[in-house]
Amino acid sequence: MTAPLLEVENLATHFMTRSGPLKAVDGVSFTVEAGEIVGLVGESGSGKSVTGFSILGLIDPPGQIAGGSVKLDGEELVGLPPGQLRAIRGKRISMVFQDPSATLNPVLTIGHQMRLAIEAHEKVSEKAARDRAAEALTRVGIPDAARRLDAHPHQFSGGMRQRVAIAIALLNRPALIICDEPTTALDVSIQAQILTEMKALARDLGTAMIWISHDLATVSSIASRLLVMYAGRIIEEGPVATVLRAPRHPYTAGLLASLPANAAPGQDLTQIPGSTPSLFALPPGCAFAPRCPQVHPECGTMPDLVRDGDRAVRCHFPLKTGGHP
Amino acid sequence: MAGLMESTSPFGRFWSEFRQNRIALGALAVVAVIVAIAILAPWITPQNPYDLSNLVLTDARRPPGFVGSKGFTHWLGTDAQGRDLYSAILYGLRISIEVGLVAGALAFAIGVTLGTFAAYLGGRIEALIMRVIDLQLSFPAILLALVLAAVLGQGKGPLIAALVTAQYAYFARTAHGAASAERSKEYVEAALSTPLSPRRVVFRHILPNCLPPLIVVATVQIANSIALEATLSFLGLGLPVSEPSLGMLIANGFQYMLSGRYWISIYPGVALIVLIVAINLVGDQIRDQLNPRLRR
Amino acid sequence: MIGFIIHRVMQAFVVMAVISLLVFIGVYAIGNPIDVLISPDATQQIREDAIRAYGLDQPLWKQYLDFVTRLLHGDFGRSFVYNMPVLELIGSRLPATTELALAAVMGATLLGVPLGMYAGYRPDGVLAKTIMAVSILGFSVPTFWIGLVLIFTFAVQLGWLPAGGRGDTTTLFGIEWSFLTFDGLTHLFLPALNLSLFKFAMMVRLARAGTRETMLTDTVKFARAAGESEWTILTRHVLRLIAIPIVTVFGLELGSTLAFAVVTETIFSWPGVGKLIIDSISSLDRPVMVAYLMLVAFFFILINLAVDLSYAALDPRLRARRA
Repeated sequence: MTAPLLEVENLATHFMTRSGPLKAVDGVSFTVEAGEIVGLVGESGSGKSVTGFSILGLIDPPGQIAGGSVKLDGEELVGLPPGQLRAIRGKRISMVFQDPSATLNPVLTIGHQMRLAIEAHEKVSEKAARDRAAEALTRVGIPDAARRLDAHPHQFSGGMRQRVAIAIALLNRPALIICDEPTTALDVSIQAQILTEMKALARDLGTAMIWISHDLATVSSIASRLLVMYAGRIIEEGPVATVLRAPRHPYTAGLLASLPANAAPGQDLTQIPGSTPSLFALPPGCAFAPRCPQVHPECGTMPDLVRDGDRAVRCHFPLKTGGHP
Repeated sequence: MAGLMESTSPFGRFWSEFRQNRIALGALAVVAVIVAIAILAPWITPQNPYDLSNLVLTDARRPPGFVGSKGFTHWLGTDAQGRDLYSAILYGLRISIEVGLVAGALAFAIGVTLGTFAAYLGGRIEALIMRVIDLQLSFPAILLALVLAAVLGQGKGPLIAALVTAQYAYFARTAHGAASAERSKEYVEAALSTPLSPRRVVFRHILPNCLPPLIVVATVQIANSIALEATLSFLGLGLPVSEPSLGMLIANGFQYMLSGRYWISIYPGVALIVLIVAINLVGDQIRDQLNPRLRR
Repeated sequence: MIGFIIHRVMQAFVVMAVISLLVFIGVYAIGNPIDVLISPDATQQIREDAIRAYGLDQPLWKQYLDFVTRLLHGDFGRSFVYNMPVLELIGSRLPATTELALAAVMGATLLGVPLGMYAGYRPDGVLAKTIMAVSILGFSVPTFWIGLVLIFTFAVQLGWLPAGGRGDTTTLFGIEWSFLTFDGLTHLFLPALNLSLFKFAMMVRLARAGTRETMLTDTVKFARAAGESEWTILTRHVLRLIAIPIVTVFGLELGSTLAFAVVTETIFSWPGVGKLIIDSISSLDRPVMVAYLMLVAFFFILINLAVDLSYAALDPRLRARRA
């Protein structure tokens, strides 16, 4: 049994605000195997994006990693001196962000930006960098790559821009790519394309992925394993098909039930009552308790993440049968 | 993330955040004190420096601490005409503040009205007005003021006219920008569909939402007015010699500086600087607080 | 792109025409126009002769046409005080002002932008706060006051530098420059410092604000995620992104610098165009005033044009729109 590529243990990221620390990520633990695609699902404010940033140490003040460990191939990343952390970013772990028109620098050419990403890790001649960049662009499906290198981001459509961002992420053949809602800002038709292409790319290059999204549908089409987050904690984990068929946490069940695809035509959409709690006003026990249809006095204490084979759930009363409560 | 602070009125929240920056708070206090002593000047000075009959020429150019022939101590010395510098400075501050506020207020009124109506009217009128404004903005204020002061002659009225002309464009541009952004918002459409007159829509609905950037511009412009007036006075244009503003005091004392009688220029200068810097510090803090892009 | 340039040049012409009209009205139509051309203490006979000679008994529109024609031929009249063609007079003083202005502007930008970027990068550090404090002073304190303090400290108290005037000059390309001699440099230093402070403060504040905002964007985060060093990010990404607002203000402030040269030249007795205009205003040497205004307007339009063109160079998005 080989050691996992990425091991996150009890990661905690807090934001120091005037009203006290905001625990965006509060004790998150999971692993990612080499070549595996893991989906990280949750609503806004669940802490999924912050988790992704924390792995790469990209948290700006007033936020900081308050505890826990992140190990890449056994090497501890938390607390690593900036120079060494920089060597890992873009080379062994890359990241793709949500909005490519915000992540690509509008005043520099694509080729220039790609060259910067290459030169960040090795000394290459300008020609060699250009060739590598052109090759990366072709691989993500951008035609006429060599000429496109001299274009600026605004000359590309949204989908193409995201492909460029993906190409940049793949430039140095990282072992892991963290994707933070990369298709959310794109048209639905492009979304499907990019999803398929990324899945193929990951398989061909043997790259592992953490796919962060709030959209269960997209995640399930690309990931093999699913992690569900709520209020800064992981509340369910398991193979995608199993979790979707037979969710064990009432929140996951509620999410699935509220998907328009799961509703009969003409029927009112089911909703989870209430709204996501403010991270400043979390209940002492299970964070989902105020909205849970099967809440019980015992839910006043925090349930542990209990593992059972390849599944895990954080609930005192996990659902036994698949489906609704 | 839900609202973080206890929601009092917008001003209350603004003030509590402002209070936390000690430098800005200190600056605000300084401004308040200066304004206070300027208003109280006639009562807290031993001499009215504008009344020529008060001046004794033999007391001229005396160093600080000198006891004059009128029997009181000149704490800051006297200038070339025998004026008690302390009194002259306080009266000079009065003029500076008065001119700064009046010019600022007029420029505000004219500029904001122009800018908001340009944004409201739209079309070619708007384009024309804004072209003129932009053109004027690319001319440095001091040149405009210089030329106007030279053409219109000396005196408070012409001086204020020159200052207003040099500055209304900033207000116009800011107001136009803010009003344009507001105009495309839905509440304006809603208000316009009611029987309210356009003027009322502009003043009661659009304008209050444009206020934040205008407040920032206003504070900066008041400080600028004061500085501009001082510069003009220093160069010999502006107020008449018998009612010296701080700029003129400094100018008059310039020639004596090289012979070591520094106080004639330096003390008025320090007073001027303190006032201007304090206003700018307050304006800075206001701007930082109202800037949406720095809120995290 | 060419269309854009032509469009802007045509606009420039229109503006110059408007300004010539304004100047004409201001000087010729307000007050007694003859005073513009003749010294106020000429005899009645000379006045009448001059009125006829200058065509001041002609209808106004014809006068304006004559005025413009003369302008286009470079005839700005003769100065009352110096009794030489105004153009020649201004031309002889221009190098001094240019030297001063260039020194000030270069110093302000080359020093101000990096310092401002640093202050924006580490806004909470002691150095950043100091830089900002100095910039507030440079920004709010009137130029004449700083000049005064500079003279007082360095010339009177410390005696290190001269209190005014221009130093020794050497001739280069037929024009006299003073920065090539040591004596010239010592005379240039204080006035240039004085003049540069305002612009320096502006550059620092702009660079700081721009850097601070840009450092929070996703572009920087993405670059960090790609492993790029902070230095690369600052010099290749941030600098290019804040260049646009900085260049705008640079252009606008260039004009301001020229304007404030008036004050600096007065204080330091620097024999440039600025001092000339102040002297002309107090001695009512109107031909010089007219010429100065026109030239300043022309220069401004040139600057604006240059700034607009550099926009297109700096922001590729604009190029597409114009094409």
